[in-house]
Amino acid sequence: MEFLAAGFIEDHIVPKFNYWIYVILMMIGLYAMITKNNLIKKLIGMAVFQTAIILFYVSIGVKEESGIPILSHGQHHAIVDEGRPSEEVITKEKFANPLPHVLMLTAIVVGVSTLGLALAITQRIYISFNTLEEDEILDQLRRGGHD
Amino acid sequence: MTMKFFGFVAVVVVGILLLAATGDFPEWGDPHSPASEGQVSSFYIERTVNETKVPNMVTAVLADFRGYDTMFETVVIFIAGIGIIAVLRNFGDGAAHVPDPPEPDEGSDLIVRSTCRLVVPLIQLFALYVVAHGHHSPGGGFQGGVMLGASYILLALACGLPAAKRRMGERKAITLAASGIIIYAGWGVACMFCGGNFLDYASLDPLLPGDKAMARSHSMLVVEIGVAFTVTAIMFAIYSNLSTRGRLEKGL
Repeated sequence: MEFLAAGFIEDHIVPKFNYWIYVILMMIGLYAMITKNNLIKKLIGMAVFQTAIILFYVSIGVKEESGIPILSHGQHHAIVDEGRPSEEVITKEKFANPLPHVLMLTAIVVGVSTLGLALAITQRIYISFNTLEEDEILDQLRRGGHD
Repeated sequence: MTMKFFGFVAVVVVGILLLAATGDFPEWGDPHSPASEGQVSSFYIERTVNETKVPNMVTAVLADFRGYDTMFETVVIFIAGIGIIAVLRNFGDGAAHVPDPPEPDEGSDLIVRSTCRLVVPLIQLFALYVVAHGHHSPGGGFQGGVMLGASYILLALACGLPAAKRRMGERKAITLAASGIIIYAGWGVACMFCGGNFLDYASLDPLLPGDKAMARSHSMLVVEIGVAFTVTAIMFAIYSNLSTRGRLEKGL
């Protein structure tokens, strides 16, 4: 039994640990969003969820034996100024895929501003209901008195 | 109680399904994974330097190949900022409006204020470098814009919100945010006036120095500046509205 567990960890978890981390983080976020009663805790769950997706994308972009998708000064100079064909200078295997980085770069900044909007709405809710607990807000709504 | 239980069950089921699917995913850092070997990746790696003369492929993909995407991401940021102002901004209710007592010493401590005075210009200078050099080294409009916004937030934290508002008032912030979008979209429309498609920078080569590839390189800089304007203004607007409940008076 112990042997089986060790084999499972070695075969399925170690080579794919990035997916395990992303799924666990995402489920923490989802659980918080579903079950927590406090609106701020829900938002924290949403932020954790977002972070998990960013981790997923960035870890997919990892490519062994390759560097960042930016040409070195020498390579750029050789292609643009000396006019050598780019196939000679660049090898595809040496550059990671730029697309996941582009998508996450914008997603991080957009995530910050949408989280800001969510916090603003929460603040507005607190101003008019004087509480952030979901059940108390629903209570006040059922009893009326709020338009 | 039951809600928590059902939530937990749903989360565990979804988690197990997702983990079962990882069996088909490529291993960590696999150079033959679809993301690393696919057509899209090699298209960007091979074409970027030939078509745009830009060494930073991330910026080239961001501002040129996927220009539409970035433009609307910027619009999303703008709309989020406008939404925050619309939801939270409180202009006071006229009669009940009592001006805050003047702050005793404009913020806090001498050491904090002096450090802030030293650090803020350096942060802003570095942010401008990140924006302007974004197509040659890591950087770009989003990163530089966030840094510029952070410098204003630091100013507000150290010297009080009024000091930051003198440099970046609300009117100025909204104008800056809108002008960023106008720069981006206007550059796309300029491409149409020169006979190309929307955001087809290569058609701008009669107006810009160099050939078609250089026109795309220069256009990326213009577009990144637009993005940086919007991000700077919205980051500061988010901070100043959230920290004062929309009154924009005293701050934290």
